[in-house]
Amino acid sequence: MPTELIKGNTAIAEAALRAGLDAYFGYPITPQTELLEHLARRMPELGRVFLQAESEIGAIHMVYGAACAGARTMTSSSSPGVSLMAEGLSYIAASDVPMVLVDVMRGGPGLGNIAPAQMDYFQIVKGGGHGGYHPIVLAPATVQEAIDLTYAAFDLAEHYRTIVVILTDGCLAQMMEPAELPPMRERGSPISKAWALSGAKGRERRVFTSVHMSPEEGEAFVNKCARQWDVITANERRCVSEQIDDAEWLLVGFGTAGRVAQSAMRAARAAGLKVGVWRPISLSPYPTPELKALAPQLRGCLVVEMNTGQMVEDVRLAFDGRVPVSFFGRSGGVVPLPEEVLEAVHRMIETAKEVVC
Amino acid sequence: MLMADAPEVHLVFDRPESLTDVDTHYCPGCSHGIAHRLVAEVIDELEIRERTIGVAPVGCAVFAYNYFNVDFAEAAHGRAPAMATGLKRVHPEAVVFTYQGDGDLASIGIAEALHAAARGEHLTTIFINNAIYGMTGGQMAPTSLPGQRTTSSPCGRDVETMGMPLRMSELLATLPGVAYSVRRSLHNPKNILQAKKAIKRAFEIQIEERGFSFVELLSTCPTNWGLTPSESMTWVEQRLIPFYPLGDYKVI
Amino acid sequence: MHTTTEFVIAGFGGQGVLLTGQVLAYAALEAGKHVTWIPSYGPEMRGGTANCTVVISTEPIGAPLVRNPAVVIALNQPSFDKYEPIVRVGGVLAVNASLTTRAPVRTDIRVLAPHATEMAERAGSPKVAGIVLLGAAVAATGVLELGDIELALDKHLPAKHRDLLPVNIAALWAGAVLVAEPEI
Ligand SMILES: Cc1ncc(C[n+]2csc(CCOP(=O)(O)OP(=O)(O)O)c2C)c(N)n1
Ligand code: SF4
Repeated sequence: MPTELIKGNTAIAEAALRAGLDAYFGYPITPQTELLEHLARRMPELGRVFLQAESEIGAIHMVYGAACAGARTMTSSSSPGVSLMAEGLSYIAASDVPMVLVDVMRGGPGLGNIAPAQMDYFQIVKGGGHGGYHPIVLAPATVQEAIDLTYAAFDLAEHYRTIVVILTDGCLAQMMEPAELPPMRERGSPISKAWALSGAKGRERRVFTSVHMSPEEGEAFVNKCARQWDVITANERRCVSEQIDDAEWLLVGFGTAGRVAQSAMRAARAAGLKVGVWRPISLSPYPTPELKALAPQLRGCLVVEMNTGQMVEDVRLAFDGRVPVSFFGRSGGVVPLPEEVLEAVHRMIETAKEVVC
Repeated sequence: MLMADAPEVHLVFDRPESLTDVDTHYCPGCSHGIAHRLVAEVIDELEIRERTIGVAPVGCAVFAYNYFNVDFAEAAHGRAPAMATGLKRVHPEAVVFTYQGDGDLASIGIAEALHAAARGEHLTTIFINNAIYGMTGGQMAPTSLPGQRTTSSPCGRDVETMGMPLRMSELLATLPGVAYSVRRSLHNPKNILQAKKAIKRAFEIQIEERGFSFVELLSTCPTNWGLTPSESMTWVEQRLIPFYPLGDYKVI
Repeated sequence: MHTTTEFVIAGFGGQGVLLTGQVLAYAALEAGKHVTWIPSYGPEMRGGTANCTVVISTEPIGAPLVRNPAVVIALNQPSFDKYEPIVRVGGVLAVNASLTTRAPVRTDIRVLAPHATEMAERAGSPKVAGIVLLGAAVAATGVLELGDIELALDKHLPAKHRDLLPVNIAALWAGAVLVAEPEI
């Protein structure tokens, strides 16, 4: 039983530190700042690297350098800052070096506002930087899950030599919940880094570059990444569900929207409706087979997001026309309320009846 | 109230036409408000209100567009000098100014500031140096003093790992494109008057097309310094000015 | 059956709104309940209004924000005006009558409107008016024992306010006692 209430931002920072974070680089931005501030205090205390960069562009390229040096490294930001990191993310992906990015999404586009949102699903899951790379994207819904996923993120990143993004929003980052922190791990990665730059003392020299001058060479690299992504897709899908066994109607949401969907599901159950909830935790790779397997029992699916409809496209792809999919979203920083999701559930059921008659 | 038989009344203090009639969101004792007023008075006095375009930063002055009664655009964090360049190149007859904090100008946006200055853009930049990030809640700025405690330098700015603060007025003065680079302070009436003169000169230099003009204003942030408004004024005088000497670094 | 109770605590920044909410959240933790605490955040809080939502439940909590909270603790007039209409039917509204200028209009909820600032002064400091209302609201709902709140205060009052522990506890009981008294 947890004995502490921990704020999402602090929890993620402390979990990263306990997972053996060697070097953190970041730049202040609300609603992520407590994460940076926690590490500003803790990292120097433990003799590790903390640096406030001159900008998010600086921060991501410092991470790039530290990653090439073989460090467990991460940065964190919020939507406008992550846009600035797009270039660095692409170079990091092109260099096969591991890193962790925490993105605490806020209302956009532009400067938008600092309220919770999920308007950057496409940006993070489908791209970010140029060149069509795939990061692993994990979306926690509780402070405990944020801790557990962050703690696991570094091993995942290093195992596959890839980018792992913890994608969350201002709601979870600012929220306090009872949670337990994992033990402090020994410094030093359990995974060999016989690729890192350290000075070519008594060994062949090593080089990191994202330049592939000949198109054939470029294609070979991209194909290698694609094969690696197949392996990740096979191994790293994560999702959870609740009240699914007899469900005829499905609510789908990730992160904060997934929690709101859970409350709406309970209210719907109390009203005698056979509603279940499915929540993807890995948004990339998407748990498509798991979702698809539910199709035969379902009469309809409602996707809840804090945007105007992004992940809903992946849900439609998974069901491939076999289940009618509707959408309910609030955006610009508005968090949906369970009551309005329940109303949308009723509308979905009404519409389905009309179709049958 | 004016009455027909009242003695002659002289208006001695009024809101400049270039300020809108709204309350600002600035904290008590913050000198952003003073800086706004000075810029507005200068715009009025030069009679350029109808051809002035302002560019707001990301920082506590993000809502400057609500307070200045002139055309305005709000830039991304640090990019105001680039956006101002675009505006000015399309409208060379306009008077274009940026209003930026120390995080905005000297940290994330230093490339844009230096390059606008290096190109000698006919722009005026008002630089509010309060040695901290106000809007995000008190993190270290590139102008935070050595040893200064902030939420991202909780043990004080360690210059070994975080470097020495940047002196922007001195730095910009080295660039050939810069026609005017001066530092003033807003901590008492005498200095405020001198600041206003400098702001006016900066706008005139733009109008005369002599090059980039830059006025750094030492400013307060009582909220994030953890001081009262009057203690803040003293802090400017006793701590900021010794590190950031007031003066003219370049005047063409 | 599971029960879930949502609290909104609102007032001016500086009235201890967020801290009062945290005390409630820690008390729920002491009682072995599930709990979430979420503040309003950002620069709009400077000198302006602040609020937080605390959800306490016997099952894992879904949404941390709701349209109609079961309990509202309003520490000033703007919060009173904003939140009175949205308290769930049958819910509780605790409002500081010392700082508000009108009588409540809702009749389908339980309204507790003590002069909390004066009561807090009698307990030892006007700063603990929020705790007076917390005592009243918790006693009215029965969602937690007052002992849990005492424990939370004892463990989690920030070090700089440590000397105010007895004052806080006195304020808590002063509020709670109001509810026990027969209503007139
Ligand atoms: C790309 C990006 N990064 C970070 C932020 C967050 N942010 C907003 S204002 C600010 C700094 C404000 O400090 P300063 O420029 O010194 O102005 P002040 O608030 O002190 O007037 C930061 C880091 C942002 N909005 N966009
Ligand atoms: S936080 Fe600081 S800079 Fe911002 S308005 Fe308040 S005093 Fe001024």
